[in-house]
Amino acid sequence: MLSVKNISKVYQSGFKKLTVLNNISFEIASGETAAIVGPSGSGKTTLLGLCAGLDRYDEGSIRLHGSLLDELDEDGLAQIRNQHVGFVFQNFQLLPTLTALENVMVPMELQGALNAKKRSLELLDKVGLADRATHYASELSGGEQQRVALARAFSNNPKILFADEPTGNLDTETGQKVEQLLFNLNRDAGTTLVLVTHDLELASKTEHIIRLKGGVLV
Amino acid sequence: MAWRDSRKNRARLLFFISSIVLGIAALVAIATFGKNLKQEIDNQAASLIGADLEISSGKPLTTSAKTLIDSLIDISKSNAEEHQFASMARFAKNGGTRLVQIRALKGAYPFYGELETAPVSAASTFLDDQKILVDKTLLLQFNATVGDTVKLGDLNFQIAGSLINTPGKTAISGSVAPTIFMPLSLLEKTGLSQKGSRINYKYYFRFVDHYPVDRLVEHLDDELEKLSLRIETIANTKENTGRSFTDLTDFLGLVGFIALMLGCLGVSSSIHVYVKEKLPSVAILRCIGAYSRQTFLIYLVQIIGISIIGALLGVLLGTIIQQALPWVLQDFLPVTVGGTVSWLAITQGILIGVFMAMLFSLIPLIGVRKVSPLQTLRNQSHDRLSIFKEDPLKWLIYVSIVIFITVFSRFQLNNWYQSIIFVIGVLLAFLILYGVAILLIKVLRRYTPLSWPYVWRQGLANLYRPNNQTVTLLVAIGLGTALIASLFFIQGMLLSRIALSSSSNQPNMVLFDIQSSQKDEIAALTEQSKLPVLEEVSIVTMQLISINNYTLEDIQRDSTLGFSSHAFGGEIRATYRSKLTASEKIADGQWVGRVQTGDTAKISLDKRYAERLGVKVGDRLQFNVQGVVIPAIIGSLRTVDWNRMQTNFRVLFPLGIIDDAPQFHVIMTRVPNDRVSANFQQLVVKEFPNISVIDLGLILSVLDGILNKIGFVIKFIGAFSILTGIVVLIASIMISKYQRIQENVLLRTLGASRRQLFAITSCEYLLLGLLASITGIILALLASALLALFVFEAPFKPSVLTMLLLLFGVSGLTLLIGLFNSRSTLNQPPLAVLRKET
Repeated sequence: MLSVKNISKVYQSGFKKLTVLNNISFEIASGETAAIVGPSGSGKTTLLGLCAGLDRYDEGSIRLHGSLLDELDEDGLAQIRNQHVGFVFQNFQLLPTLTALENVMVPMELQGALNAKKRSLELLDKVGLADRATHYASELSGGEQQRVALARAFSNNPKILFADEPTGNLDTETGQKVEQLLFNLNRDAGTTLVLVTHDLELASKTEHIIRLKGGVLV
Repeated sequence: MAWRDSRKNRARLLFFISSIVLGIAALVAIATFGKNLKQEIDNQAASLIGADLEISSGKPLTTSAKTLIDSLIDISKSNAEEHQFASMARFAKNGGTRLVQIRALKGAYPFYGELETAPVSAASTFLDDQKILVDKTLLLQFNATVGDTVKLGDLNFQIAGSLINTPGKTAISGSVAPTIFMPLSLLEKTGLSQKGSRINYKYYFRFVDHYPVDRLVEHLDDELEKLSLRIETIANTKENTGRSFTDLTDFLGLVGFIALMLGCLGVSSSIHVYVKEKLPSVAILRCIGAYSRQTFLIYLVQIIGISIIGALLGVLLGTIIQQALPWVLQDFLPVTVGGTVSWLAITQGILIGVFMAMLFSLIPLIGVRKVSPLQTLRNQSHDRLSIFKEDPLKWLIYVSIVIFITVFSRFQLNNWYQSIIFVIGVLLAFLILYGVAILLIKVLRRYTPLSWPYVWRQGLANLYRPNNQTVTLLVAIGLGTALIASLFFIQGMLLSRIALSSSSNQPNMVLFDIQSSQKDEIAALTEQSKLPVLEEVSIVTMQLISINNYTLEDIQRDSTLGFSSHAFGGEIRATYRSKLTASEKIADGQWVGRVQTGDTAKISLDKRYAERLGVKVGDRLQFNVQGVVIPAIIGSLRTVDWNRMQTNFRVLFPLGIIDDAPQFHVIMTRVPNDRVSANFQQLVVKEFPNISVIDLGLILSVLDGILNKIGFVIKFIGAFSILTGIVVLIASIMISKYQRIQENVLLRTLGASRRQLFAITSCEYLLLGLLASITGIILALLASALLALFVFEAPFKPSVLTMLLLLFGVSGLTLLIGLFNSRSTLNQPPLAVLRKET
């Protein structure tokens, strides 16, 4: 499902070059779960972004669901994300102008799917928010917003789900509920899961742990 | 603290203030130009009139008037005489004819300034020979050159030179009838000064330096009025010219002021967004002990600081632009205007700009006073909105803004009534546009159908997103559109009023100055040329000498009589007939078309004229008709439609009273095209050189040209509003750019293609542009319809083409600017969304 070979990423900071990732390689098979862990600044989020086709790497190659990412242009990457990838973010990233239901519908509507509303309502029901469908993001609590984000992440039936610190902005109790929901939905859908976390306990629940320190695998 | 707090926002703050730069620039440019113009009018006042004193009369001098003129000749250093009238000129080379203004001159006029001619020597030599000076546009029109022959009346003249400029005359003033100067000594021989010709007799005097002309005029005043002589001196020419141009620059200043108001609205909206973003910082400051007054002052100081910078930029731009204004207004200016910097205008510009920007910024800024320290503990932004609502101080600021605008308008217009009408009009336009914007937001939020494609819905949702700029943009673009559309509509209305007259079977050619002996011959000639004689009117010139037996002296002595003394000075052109025309309707009294032998004539007056005179049905009037006193009773008052292309009269006599008085005649006909018109004019001028011809087609094209030039001037100033609208549009997009980037990146992350993001942005700006332009056009239609009804009293049929062009032009421009400024948000790498610094 995801094959990462010798990738490196360098940022230009003023006149200096900063190597964020150096010669990283790993593979994750379809339906497997993996956690990327490491201290702050180790390059976890950068690696997740590169795997999901959100940014370009400088060296190496990434193959996602059979497609070599460096061969695709921006719209090609967008198409891969829209059809095969789901996302969950630490800070939820809901569109403030849309209701919970409309937020969940967005990925399907971008595809032009016909049953977007029905499926979105089903997903909201699964995450326990059927009664909050018409509420705007600003009218929901943090936990509720993340549950809407989870529903949105699964709305396009993704083959792979990328989650960046999904419980990082939530209290312990709510975080555990969201975590449980994430794994349950993932198991039901048979989706490959890659998550970035500081939380080693959460990481231990995945099949693979990718440890990063200073931009290299340890 | 204000300085430190602004550290990361200075570029953005400067961008906010860019909206007021153009408004201040317009105000400074117009005020500086106005002051320079006034200065030049003062400096060049003597050359505006060309003499120390000018006396003019609409009829040949009586013996007493001649005695007065002779006495002035005796005390003057030099004098000149001029007979000025309209007549036809015929160019021998190609047979072309045209109505011209003939100025037959004797003496070394002008005494101040000079006739600018090519060759230069022609200005002085033409008087000595059978030569003329011909307006340069006339030479161009008929492809004539110096040395060619022009026939005036019965006499051929050689063109001595091209007339480039005449003191005190504007380029536009000779548009209908271009000027030809000829020697007065040859006027008799041309046969153009026959009895009945409408000649204006002018006498110019130059006195020794420092001669007390004003005291002389004061001394002669009563006698001049008694003799129906008009008078002009350097002082009153300066005053009159200055006043009319002050009116013009004040009007343009007001148009520029609209641009400043639009800009301030943009500033207010930008500050609103800025303040909302600053609320967490304000809450932290409050938490650590800052008073609400202190936090308020931090931002007020920032606003004043950037307003001063904006005002300085505006002043700099305005000073540059004012160099172009003399060029924009060149056809209307009687003097050459330079580009001197006016420190007074600059100071005014800075003060008005800073004060206005501060007033408008206070509306969002006062919310800072109400920020609770508790905000630091809250994450959500929606609670912050409520703090802006219901603050009584807000209303005080609104009232202050209205008062300031009213006072400023009063200074510009010098009239409270007009200022209040202006302020009400502007407020109404603002309120309507504001209402439409609020309605749009509510309708979109509530009724956007879920069945619509996602990109449409997202585009429309952007119009009611938090921190949206919908209201500001709709008002700015809408008001700019309304301004431009009104100008187009009014121009179209004025032109169509004339064009209407030239349609169907309405007359489109007027032959005047026809002598009684020529009347039948010219009618026959018209019919021989297969043209209809649509109207034949006799005109008798006369003067009013008493109302109810009160003479001018009585009325001047006793103001309680209620009659206007102005009625006595001018020459009245009256006619006689038995029936009323289609443009006349009796409003009071009864019309009797023929007077019985021995009876006093029962005349009919135009109702408005009667109101001006202060007379009513039954009052007795006495007229002097070429030396004979004719008594008359006002038998009726008529409403007259002066807009019709036909001869209309203020005073109408029945048949049987003045039928045999000295008179001249007017014949109206209709020519089918320009070729027939030119041929017929040539024929008339050849056979009857004293008869003048007005071709309505020519008038229409001249008027079109004049209106275009006036339109250009107003559009030039109006363009500041449009440009301000564009700056506000760009600023608004930049302000919400950070939020837009975040949303677009999120959509990109979720798989939206560039095409989809492009469609979302297009949908948003297209709807905004369409709605703003439609509302602007509707406002312009309303304003123009009201003007048509109350000012022009003409039917108003707006051009659909103009409306469509404005609709698509403004919407297209809004869309283009929106897309152009949003392009960077379409190209952000999606990874940015994962990082908090977005």
